[in-house]
Amino acid sequence: MQEWTGLLPVFPLAGFLLLVLSRGRMSRGIAGVIGAGSVGLSFLLALGIAIATLNNGGQAYTTVLWQWMQVGDFAPGFSFYVDGLTLVMILVISGVGFLIHLYATGYMADDPGFARFFSYMNLFVAAMLVLVLADNLLLLYLGWEGVGLCSYLLIGFWYDKPANGYAARKAFVVTRVGDTSMAIGLFLLFSQLGTLNIQQMLTLAPQQWAVGSGIAVAASALLLGGAVGKSAQLPLQTWLPDAMAGPTPISALIHAATMVTAGVYLIARTHVLFELAPSVQLLVAFIGLATLLMSGFTALTQTDIKRILAYSTISQIGYMFLALGVGAWSAAVFHLMTHAFFKALLFLAAGTVILSLHHEQDIFRMGAMRRRLPVSFWCFLVGSAALTALPFTSGFYSKDEILLAALHQEHYGMLLWSGGVLGAFLTALYSFRLVFVVFFGRDRHQSHATASHGHDDPQAAVVEAMSPVMFFPLLLLGLLALGGGFIHVPVDAVFGSGAQEEAHASQLVHTLMILIPIAGVMIAWFVYGSRSYQKAGEHLREQLLASGIGRRLHRFWFSGWGMDTLYEWVFVRPFLTLAALNRRDAVDQIYGWVAQAARVGNSAVVMLQTGNLRWYAISLVGGLVIVIGLGVWR
Amino acid sequence: MDAIPYEHGLILAAVLFVCGLLGVLTRRNIVFVLMSLEIMLNACGLAFVVASARWQHAEGQIMYLMILTLAAAEVAVGLGLIIQMYRRFHTVDISVLNEMKG
Amino acid sequence: MTLLFYSAGAIALIATLSVIISTNVVHALVYLIISLLSVAVIFFALGAPFAAMLEAIVYAGAIMVLFLFVMMMLNLGQATEDEERAWMRPSLWIGPGVLSGILLLQFVSTMLTHDVTLAPVEVSVRDISLLLFGPWLLAVELASMLLLAGLIAAYHLAKK
Repeated sequence: MQEWTGLLPVFPLAGFLLLVLSRGRMSRGIAGVIGAGSVGLSFLLALGIAIATLNNGGQAYTTVLWQWMQVGDFAPGFSFYVDGLTLVMILVISGVGFLIHLYATGYMADDPGFARFFSYMNLFVAAMLVLVLADNLLLLYLGWEGVGLCSYLLIGFWYDKPANGYAARKAFVVTRVGDTSMAIGLFLLFSQLGTLNIQQMLTLAPQQWAVGSGIAVAASALLLGGAVGKSAQLPLQTWLPDAMAGPTPISALIHAATMVTAGVYLIARTHVLFELAPSVQLLVAFIGLATLLMSGFTALTQTDIKRILAYSTISQIGYMFLALGVGAWSAAVFHLMTHAFFKALLFLAAGTVILSLHHEQDIFRMGAMRRRLPVSFWCFLVGSAALTALPFTSGFYSKDEILLAALHQEHYGMLLWSGGVLGAFLTALYSFRLVFVVFFGRDRHQSHATASHGHDDPQAAVVEAMSPVMFFPLLLLGLLALGGGFIHVPVDAVFGSGAQEEAHASQLVHTLMILIPIAGVMIAWFVYGSRSYQKAGEHLREQLLASGIGRRLHRFWFSGWGMDTLYEWVFVRPFLTLAALNRRDAVDQIYGWVAQAARVGNSAVVMLQTGNLRWYAISLVGGLVIVIGLGVWR
Repeated sequence: MDAIPYEHGLILAAVLFVCGLLGVLTRRNIVFVLMSLEIMLNACGLAFVVASARWQHAEGQIMYLMILTLAAAEVAVGLGLIIQMYRRFHTVDISVLNEMKG
Repeated sequence: MTLLFYSAGAIALIATLSVIISTNVVHALVYLIISLLSVAVIFFALGAPFAAMLEAIVYAGAIMVLFLFVMMMLNLGQATEDEERAWMRPSLWIGPGVLSGILLLQFVSTMLTHDVTLAPVEVSVRDISLLLFGPWLLAVELASMLLLAGLIAAYHLAKK
C-alpha cells in the first residue's frame, strides 16, 4: 500500500477535473458519485497505508514523485513524507471529508450549482492532502494556498448575494496577511538553513541555532503568523465567523474540521523550531488562551446557530494552540482529531435543522425541535457533550490532556490552567445554551411561520429532511464523537518520548475539571432550559441586559470584542482613504503623457493625409529626388 | 552609317520621362494624368530599347514588350476607373476625390 | 540615320510638351499619337524594327483608340476646356517644375560620364521570337495573365 501514497491526492484531483470539465452537464447522480466516491477511494487508500505503516512499527517513509524544480542548490521535490502525524491527518481529512461529501449529496441535492460545489470540495481535499503529505515547506505552501483558494471559492459559493462575496474576500484578504508572514518565514529558513525539506530542517536547526537565538525566534514567529491566519486565532480571527456564509457542509469540512487546523498541523510539524524559541512558544500558549476566552464570551451572546459554532471552533483551536504552547504536541493533535469528529457532527446536525426550517439560522426562531427532529437532536446532544468535554466523550480525554499539560507549564502553569478551565466553563455554557434554546422550550418557529405564511401548513414547514446519505454520516460521526477518545494517536515517534510525559495531578484538580463543565451545563439549564425556572431565567436575562454594564458587555461581546470595528477603523478606512486620494495615480500620469504624445503625433500626421492625389504624387517624387540625389551626388 | 552617342538616346528618354512626370504633377484632369503616365511608361520603353542597342542585346526589346503589356493593362483598368468616376461624380477633376482625408 | 534620330527626337519632345500644356483633350490625344509615332521612328533608327512596329500598332493604334473611345463616351465639351484653362495657373507649375528639373539634372549628370557611340545592328523578329519563346517563356505567360486580369478588371469596373 505504501508505494501508492502518491495516489492519495490524485483521486480528488481527478474528481475535480472531471466535474469541472463536464461544465455542469453531468447528471446529479453521477456528479455525486464522482464527488463523494473520489474522496472515499482516498480514504480507503489512506486506511490501507495506515495499516501497512503501523504494522511496520510506524516507520516513517518518503515517497518521491518527481523533482519539482531546480534552481542552484534549491531543489524542492514533489515528494510526500508519511509518519504518525501525517497518518492522523490524512485519515481525518479523507475520512471526515468523505462523510461530509456523502452528507452533502443529500444537503445540496436541490442546489443548481451541485457539480460546481463538488468540484470545489474535491479540489479542497486534494490540496489539503498535499498540505499534510508534503515533505518540504514549499510543497506544503502549495497546498496551503490551494486550501485558501478553495475556502474563498466555497465561502462565496452562493455568489449572487453580495454579502457572501464580501465574506469570501474578507476571508481571503485576512488569511493572506498570515500567508505573507509565512512566506517570509520560508525565505528566512531557506536563507539560513539552505533547505526547505522539513526533516532536514528539523535536524539542522538545533545544530546551528542556540535555544532562544534571534534567528530561531524570528523564523518561528513568522511561521506562527501563518498558522494564526489560517487557524483564525487572535488577532486574525475575524474572518472565520463571516466564513459561515457558505453552505453548511463547507463550514463543517473546511471551517471546522480540517482547513482551520492546518495552522496547528504546521506548528506541530515544525515543533523543533518552536522548542528553540521558548518565548514564541509561550506566545503560542497565550494566543491560544486569549482566543479561547474571547471567542467563548462572544459565542455566549450570538444568536446565529452557525456563528455560535464558528466561535466555538475558534475557541477549540485556541485549546490546541494552548497545548502546542505548553509543548503537549500529541495532546494538540489528539484534540485536533476529536474536534474534527464532534465539530463536523455539530455542523452537520445544525445543517439538518437549518434545512428543515428553510434556511432559518436564528436560534430564537427555533425551539422545541427535540420532537420534530429527533435524529438531529441526539446527534447535536452528543456533539455538544463532546464539545463540553463531559466525561467519557472524546472531547473529555483530549481536553483533559491539554489542561493537565498546561498545569505543568513551568512559570505560568496555574494561570494557563485556570484560564483553560474558565474556557471549559464557558464552552459548557454556550453549547448547552444552544442545545436548550434550539431543541427545548417553546416552538417559536411555528408561531413565526404562521405569522408570515398564513396559508402554509405550519406542520409541513418543519419536517426532518433526512435521507439515508445524510443519516449515515451523522450516525458514524456521532459514534466517533463518543468513542473517539479511545483512539490512540500514533504520534509518539514524531515528537520524541520526552514531550509525552504522563501528567499527574491531584485528585482535587481532576474532580474540578469534571465538575466545572457540568456546572456550566446546569447553569445553562437553569437560565435557558428548564420549564420550572423559565420565569426566573428570563427575569435574570432581562436584569442582566437592563443594567448598564451588562448591556455594554453584551454589545461588546456580540460584536466579537469589537475587532471588526477596530480593523475597520485602523486598516480598511485608512486604506480606502488613501486609495481615494491616489485615484489620479502619479505613476499613471507618466503613461498619460505617453498617450498624450501619441495623440498629438497622430493629429500632426493626419494633417499630411489630405486625400489630395497630386499632393501624394508630389511627396512621392520629392522622396524619389532625395533618394536618387543621395545616390548620384554622394 | 553615322554613329549616335548612346547618351543622347538616354537623355531623350529622361526628358520625355520628366515631361510625363510634370504632366502627372500639374494636371487636374484625370484623362491628362493618365496620358502623362503613358508618356512616362513609353519613355521607360525607349530607355530599354536604347540600352538594347548599346549592349547589342535583344533582351532590352523583350523588356519593352513587357512594358507594352503593362501599359495596355494599365490603360484598360485606368479608363474603366475614369468611366466609373465620371458616372459617380460627373467630373474628371481628381481634386474632388479627397474623401480619404484623415 | 543620325538625322532621322535627332529629327524624330525633336518632334517627340515638342509633341509631348504640347500634350502636357494642351487644354483640349482630343488635341492632346493627337499630339500624344504624334509623339508615339516619332518614338517608333527612333526605334527604327536604333535598329529595332520589331519594337517600332509594336509601338505604332499597339501604342499609337490600339491604346490610343481606346483613349479616343473613352473621350467620346465622356463627351467633354467646351465647359471642360474652360475649366482646364482656369486651372493652368503658373504658380501651380513652380513646385513640380523645380522637382522635375532636379530629377532631370540627376539623370543627365549620370549619363554624361561615358562616351560610347551606338552602332545600330538590326535585331530581327526571329531573334526576338526565339528569345521570347525560349528563356522568357514564363514572362510571356505572366504577361498574358496580366492582360487577362486587366481585361476582367476593366470589364468589371466599366460595368453599370
